[in-house]
Amino acid sequence: MHRSLLLKLLSAALVFGAWEIAGRIPISYAFPTFLESMTALARMTFDGTLLQAYAETLKPLVLGVAISALIGIGFGLWIGLSARSEWFFSPIFIVMQAAPLAALIPLLVMAYGIGLTSKVFVVCIMAMPVIVLNTASAVRNTPASLKEMGQSFLANNHQILLKIVIPAASPVIFSGLRLGVSAGFIGAILAELKITPTGVGDIISYSRSIADYPSMYAAIFSIILLAVVFLNLLEKLEDFLFEGNNRGYVSD
Amino acid sequence: MAMSQIDTPFADASMAAPESAVSVRGVSKNYGAVEALKNMSLEFPKGQLTSLLGPSGCGKTTLLKIIAGLIPADSGTIEVGGKAITGPGDDRAFVFQDFALLPWANVLRNVAFGLELRGVAKSEREAIAETYIANVGLAGFEKAFPHELSGGMRQRVGLARALSVDSQVLLLDEPFSAVDEQTRRKFQEDLLSLVENENKTFIFVTHSIEEAVYVSDQIAILLPRPSRVSEIIRPSSFRNKGVENIRRDPEYLDIVDEIWASLRNYVE
Amino acid sequence: MQVFGVKLPAMSSLLLWGLLWEIVGQMGLTFFVPPLSQVFATLFEIIGTPPFLKALWETGYAFFMGVFFAIVIGIPVGILMGKSRFLDELLLPWVNIFVSAPLTALVPVLMVLFGFGLTSIIITTTLFAIWIIILNARAGVRQINRSLVDMARSFGASPLDAFTKIYFWAALPEILGGVRIGVIRAVKGVIIGQLLISIVGFGALFELYASNFLMGHFWAVLIILFALAFSISEFLGYLERKVAYYAAKR
Ligand SMILES: Nc1ncnc2c1ncn2[C@@H]1O[C@H](COP(=O)(O)OP(=O)(O)O)[C@@H](O)[C@H]1O
Ligand SMILES: [Mg+2]
Repeated sequence: MHRSLLLKLLSAALVFGAWEIAGRIPISYAFPTFLESMTALARMTFDGTLLQAYAETLKPLVLGVAISALIGIGFGLWIGLSARSEWFFSPIFIVMQAAPLAALIPLLVMAYGIGLTSKVFVVCIMAMPVIVLNTASAVRNTPASLKEMGQSFLANNHQILLKIVIPAASPVIFSGLRLGVSAGFIGAILAELKITPTGVGDIISYSRSIADYPSMYAAIFSIILLAVVFLNLLEKLEDFLFEGNNRGYVSD
Repeated sequence: MAMSQIDTPFADASMAAPESAVSVRGVSKNYGAVEALKNMSLEFPKGQLTSLLGPSGCGKTTLLKIIAGLIPADSGTIEVGGKAITGPGDDRAFVFQDFALLPWANVLRNVAFGLELRGVAKSEREAIAETYIANVGLAGFEKAFPHELSGGMRQRVGLARALSVDSQVLLLDEPFSAVDEQTRRKFQEDLLSLVENENKTFIFVTHSIEEAVYVSDQIAILLPRPSRVSEIIRPSSFRNKGVENIRRDPEYLDIVDEIWASLRNYVE
Repeated sequence: MQVFGVKLPAMSSLLLWGLLWEIVGQMGLTFFVPPLSQVFATLFEIIGTPPFLKALWETGYAFFMGVFFAIVIGIPVGILMGKSRFLDELLLPWVNIFVSAPLTALVPVLMVLFGFGLTSIIITTTLFAIWIIILNARAGVRQINRSLVDMARSFGASPLDAFTKIYFWAALPEILGGVRIGVIRAVKGVIIGQLLISIVGFGALFELYASNFLMGHFWAVLIILFALAFSISEFLGYLERKVAYYAAKR
């Protein structure tokens, strides 16, 4: 325990130290030191720039993930429970999962303009497939013995679904959601960099255009930090909620 | 006592004194704070089968792996054929509890694998392997893969692999614990004839009292906390009465009872 | 699914979807969806043309270079992490961060550091693919059955023998799984790179067709791209299944 914490600190110190040294040499005019970047980060945090930016960035992200979760879990349940809908729908999501959907962005912009709608769409197409596929496979892989146990105690289909299938599948569904959030972050930032610069994407693009590299690196650092911390919290929550019935999950 | 039993361990030099194939002298081994073996000494007579019997956690596997040279002892020495060992050697072959077969290789390659690692040419090692595959009763399965075999057949592969390198000492770590009871009985009978015909030294780990008494020339009873050899038992009278009579021989039954009496205090 | 006792092949519903697409297109409901037949006609028209071949080459080159670096760096690093506790504890936190971090945010950094060209696109592709390859190679080495290693040692295997005859094969199912997921991510990475860094390859074609309202062309290229991505992923899945017979019992 002690050793692993120590090594984590050592490893962070090594990486940030290397960053600092590389920035001091400097290896490129566009490579600020770690301390410069952190100073910029502190400045932007305290003058409210970051807060404002995140209010903007999180809008499509939260909306998109919420929509993906609702529709995705619904679809996933349906696909997992009915062989017919599995045959009909799952190929679409399997292809979406393997395909570079970012290519659709120019089309989305044409169809929905450069506003919030397009950005929400980008988040949705990124986040939805993994949620659907995880939910479906979780439902399909409910242990047969559990379902048979329910039947032997005379549960009806409705009860089997609510009391056995969904609880048994929820750890995997939850990990699907976590993977969906992770993909949603990719989509949200992609949308801000590609469609219109708003929020954090705006800070990144703007500070790049005026060569204020510390601010640019700080913004990027902050968004990655945010994503990682949030995903870690989700993982902790997952461990807490489903302690003891940890199972493997399909990942993308 | 009716049975020829030596109550003081390692004091049997004066008795029949068969030549030792393997000598364990003052071996200790700690895993961190866990004392797995403490100053353990034991002789394994040549051409005989010695069982290491004891409740789980008393260090049977540890001792066997130290003899195999797979893990180093903290102190003490192991001699095989009069020479101290420093690591694995071609005088010993190991049979694993979980078979340790290569899942990506067929039976023929698995059986020949020990020879392959020793650099024996392909045609030669496959010829040897085929003999032993037939010996353990797997003729016709040379091209099968482990996942196509039953547990018992897999252990026959493991046994054939150990036999095919023709080592003087065979180390078997609970080899039959993962096979079903019927197969296990067949294995025990086969093991008796192997001991008789192969003229090798067998060191056999088990936690089954009946199995130990059935197959052994000598049984070392190991106890945990602190780990030690508590007694050495040499069943004498039923060995040549034929395999089908052993289980109702009075001496067999007495020894089984007596071992249980001395072990029951150590079972939670 | 079964119809009249005949099992329908897994992806056969795509035909039905194609039919649906055709009908929607024929009805002219929306400008964005031309009939599928028209899309396919366009597809065969453009597939041999120099702009298409150029895009294919530019994309394919960046993709293969990116995947190449991800594999030749990722697999050894993963194997080393699986074998050395020190390296593992040092590197694992970072690998875990980057495997789920929004890597799109790093693309602007690559642009200012490595320019608006091929280098940045290749690095983007590698960054998308490498982390999961490392993690899987590491997991593959870590799950190796102790007694297989003991077995090899008890027969006197040299370290090289142990590596080529045991470690590599025992970890192969996980390594292949990692490469498959990594390659799927790389396809996404190369397209994102082409959209964000410099408008080349397929990224350029998409922009061009969208801004000129060439919907048939747009969908045609998209179908080709999806088909390529899907075939690559299926091919790697096939390789993975070939070793799956032993993956469950090592
Ligand atoms: N690699 C190891 N690390 C730490 N402790 C171990 C290890 N191997 C065995 N032990 C401990 O050493 C003791 C003896 O183990 P083992 O030789 O496997 O016993 P047996 O085979 O008789 O069941 C046990 O208490 C076990 O927990
Ligand atoms: Mg054991």
